[in-house]
Amino acid sequence: MSGETPDLYQKRQSIFPRSVKGRFRNLKWAILAVAYGMYFLLPWMRWEREAGPDQAVLFDLVGRKFYLFDLVVYPQDIFWLAGLLMIGAYLMFFVTGLAGRVFCGYFCFQTLWTDVFVFVERLVQGERPARIRLEKQPWNAEKIFKLGLTHLLWLVVALLTGLTFTIYWGNAPELVVDLATGNAPFPAYATTLFLMSTTYVMAGWAREQVCTYMCPYARFQSVMFDRDTLIVSYDQKRGEGEKGRAKLGKENKTPEERSALGQGDCIDCGYCVQVCPTGIDIRNGLQIQCISCALCVDACDTIMDKMGWQRGLVGYSSQRVEEGGDKAHFLRPKVIGYFTILIAAMGLLVWSVTQQAPFDVGVSQVRQPLFVKLSDGRIQNSYEVKVNNKTGKSLTLTFSVEDLPGAELDMGKFQTVELRPEQRLRLMARINLAPEKFDGKSRHIEFIATPKNTTLQPVGHESVFYIPGR
Amino acid sequence: MADQSQNKAVQTTGHAWDGDLQEFNNPLPTWWLWAFYASCVFTVVYWILYPAWPIGDTYTKGIATTTFQNSKGEEVTMGWNTRAEFIKDMQSGTEAMKQAEYLKKVSAASYEEIVNDPDMTAFTQSLAKVLFADNCAACHGVGGQPAIVGLYPNLRDDAWLWGGKLSQIQHAIVAGRNGYMPAFGEVLSNEKIDQVANYVMTLSGLDADAAKASAGKAIFQGDEGGCYYCHTSAGTGMYSQGAANLTDAVWTVANVPGAETNKDKIAVISKVIKDGIQRKMPAWSERLSETEIKLLTVYVHGLGGGQ
Repeated sequence: MSGETPDLYQKRQSIFPRSVKGRFRNLKWAILAVAYGMYFLLPWMRWEREAGPDQAVLFDLVGRKFYLFDLVVYPQDIFWLAGLLMIGAYLMFFVTGLAGRVFCGYFCFQTLWTDVFVFVERLVQGERPARIRLEKQPWNAEKIFKLGLTHLLWLVVALLTGLTFTIYWGNAPELVVDLATGNAPFPAYATTLFLMSTTYVMAGWAREQVCTYMCPYARFQSVMFDRDTLIVSYDQKRGEGEKGRAKLGKENKTPEERSALGQGDCIDCGYCVQVCPTGIDIRNGLQIQCISCALCVDACDTIMDKMGWQRGLVGYSSQRVEEGGDKAHFLRPKVIGYFTILIAAMGLLVWSVTQQAPFDVGVSQVRQPLFVKLSDGRIQNSYEVKVNNKTGKSLTLTFSVEDLPGAELDMGKFQTVELRPEQRLRLMARINLAPEKFDGKSRHIEFIATPKNTTLQPVGHESVFYIPGR
Repeated sequence: MADQSQNKAVQTTGHAWDGDLQEFNNPLPTWWLWAFYASCVFTVVYWILYPAWPIGDTYTKGIATTTFQNSKGEEVTMGWNTRAEFIKDMQSGTEAMKQAEYLKKVSAASYEEIVNDPDMTAFTQSLAKVLFADNCAACHGVGGQPAIVGLYPNLRDDAWLWGGKLSQIQHAIVAGRNGYMPAFGEVLSNEKIDQVANYVMTLSGLDADAAKASAGKAIFQGDEGGCYYCHTSAGTGMYSQGAANLTDAVWTVANVPGAETNKDKIAVISKVIKDGIQRKMPAWSERLSETEIKLLTVYVHGLGGGQ
C-alpha cells in the first residue's frame, strides 16, 4: 500500500448557466411550451364516446384498453408499439445523422426539466454572479431562505410532473380528488412519489451529469455523425486568427486593428462558456458533453451584434466546412436511406391502424376430449369461441360454419348473440358430422361471424374437425 | 474539465506474482458501497417484520400480522403468513369481489335465466370448469369423457342414463347415483349369456349370429333373463333405473368401440352381462354449496347434449 489513491469519483463541479437571449433560446422556449402544454394539459382534455371514459387520452391498464381520442388500442395491437419504437429509432438515426444532437438540446425531457429548474433557480437566486456568490457564502438567513424556496419550488414542479404522469392512467378529475383525499389505490401514490423524486433528483441535483455520464446518446453520437452532420462549432480560423484570441483593449477594438495584430475575432469574453448548461468551452471543439442546445451560439451572436461584427463565430456548421470544405451535403445516401425507411414504416403503421378490425373472433378446439360419439352415431367436436366487440356500439353476430360438407353447428341459444359496446364473450360451440357424410378430403373447417350491420365485413376463423379413423 | 491526477500510479495490493504480475487495489465506488449498506439495513428490517429464521423446529415469526375472517365470520389476526394473506385476498381483493358479485347474481337467478343469458353462461362455464376439474374429473375425466371407456358415464355425449334435464342432473349431483345391474353370471349359463349378447348386438344394428340372437331375444324379453324389466322391451332403457339405452350408438359400459372383431365385441358385452355393474356416484350435497352445484349442473348440461 503506497501513496494516495487517485480519485476515481469526479465530484460534481457546480454549473451556473447565465441567461441569454437569441433565436435558439426562443426556439427552445417555444418547444418547451408546446411539450409542456401537451404533457400537462392532455389528461384534462375531455372526449365524447358512446361507451367508455370521457377522457381523451387514457391508458386503462386494468380494463386493458388504451384510449387515444377515437382510437381504442387493445392488447392484440401491441405490434403498433413495436412499429412506434422502430419509427422512433429510425427517426433518431435520421435526425442525428442530419442535424446532430438536436434531440438532446431541444426536446429531451432531461433538458426540458433542467431548463425549467434552472429558470426557477435564477428567478429565486438571481443571475449567475449572484448564484455563485450565494454558493460560496456561509449559511445565513438569506441562503437558507433562497435555497429553501428554490428547492420547494422544484419539489412543486416535480410533484406536478409525477402527478400528471399518474393521471394518464385513470380518469384525471376523479383520480386527483382521490389522491388528495387518500382514497386512491396504492400504485397511484407510488408512481407519483417515485416520479416526483426522480424528477427532483435528476433535474435538481444530477442535471448535466445525466447527459455526461448516464445517457448512452452521448456515447454513440460519434457513430451516427459524419462529416456533413450539423454540429455546434467555433470557427477556429476566424476566432484565433494567427496569434490567437485576445481580450478587447485599447489597441485592438476594430476588426482591422485586430487582423493587423494577427488576432482573431474572439474577444475571449467567456460568454459562451458561461451560458453552457453542461459547462464546457465550445472553443475547444466538439466534445462529448455538448448537447447541441446552441445557447453558446446565441451568446456569441449577442456579443457580435453589440460589436457590430458578423455573426457566426460560434454557430451550426459541419466538420466538412470546418475543415475547409464546401457546404455540407444534406442529401447523402445515409440520410435518403433512413428517410425512405422512415416514410415506409410510418405508412405501414398508419395503414395498420386503419385496418383495425371492429370485432375479433377467436376459436380454439376443446382437446379433452377431441371428439365424442353421439347416440345417433354422429361425431361431435366442441369449440370455445371468443368474441370481442371493439366498436363503441352494440353488435349482433350470427355464427355459421363452412368448408366441411355435412357439418352442423350447434351453439344452443347463442348462435345469434348481441354484444354490448366493448363487450368480450366466451361461447361454447359444437359441430356434429355424420361419418358417412364425411368426404374424406380435409378436416378443415371455418367459423364465420356475420354482423347484422351490413357495413361491417364478416370475420372468419379456421379450425379443425376430428373424426376417428380418418 | 476532469481533474484526474493522472501522474499518480494506481495503487496495487503490494504482492507481485511471477516477477511482475500485480493486482490493482481500486476503491469501491461510493454510491455502490452505500447501496450495499442500505441493503444490509433492509435485510435486518425484513427479519424483524416477516418470518425469517428457522430455529430448531420453529422459526422467528416477525411482528407483521394479517387479519381475515374465519369460517364463523369472526375477525382473526395472526402472524403474517401467505395462507392467511390468500384467505384475506379472497375475501376482499378486487378480483375476488368481482367473482363474488357474479356468484350472487347467479345464485339468485333461475336455471332458465342463466341458460338464456350469455354473460352468466360464460361465467358459469369458467368457474364450473374449475369445480368440475377439482371434484368430478377424477372419475368423469377432465373433459367429461373418462380415460377408460365404460368406467364411468361420459358426460360429453347426449346419451343419459338417468336423464339429461337440468333437474335430473342436479339430482344426480346432490344425491349421488347407484349404478347397479345384477350379475347374471349367477343366473344364466355362459351359452345363454352369449345368446343375449348377440341379441344386444342386433339392437344396436351390429352384426350377430341370427340363431343365437333370436334365442337371446327370448331370454331378454322373457322372465328367464328379465332384461326388459329395466331396459324395456324396445331396449331403449329407463331413466328411473339408470338403465342404458341399448339401441343407440353410445356404449356406456362395454367397450365395444374399442373391440376390433365381432367376436371381441360380443365377448365384451358378455362380460358386462356376467359380472353386472356396481358403481356409485357420491352425494355432493354436503361437500359443495348450492350455488356450486347449480353451476355444475348448467356446465354439465351444456357439455355435449343436455335435454
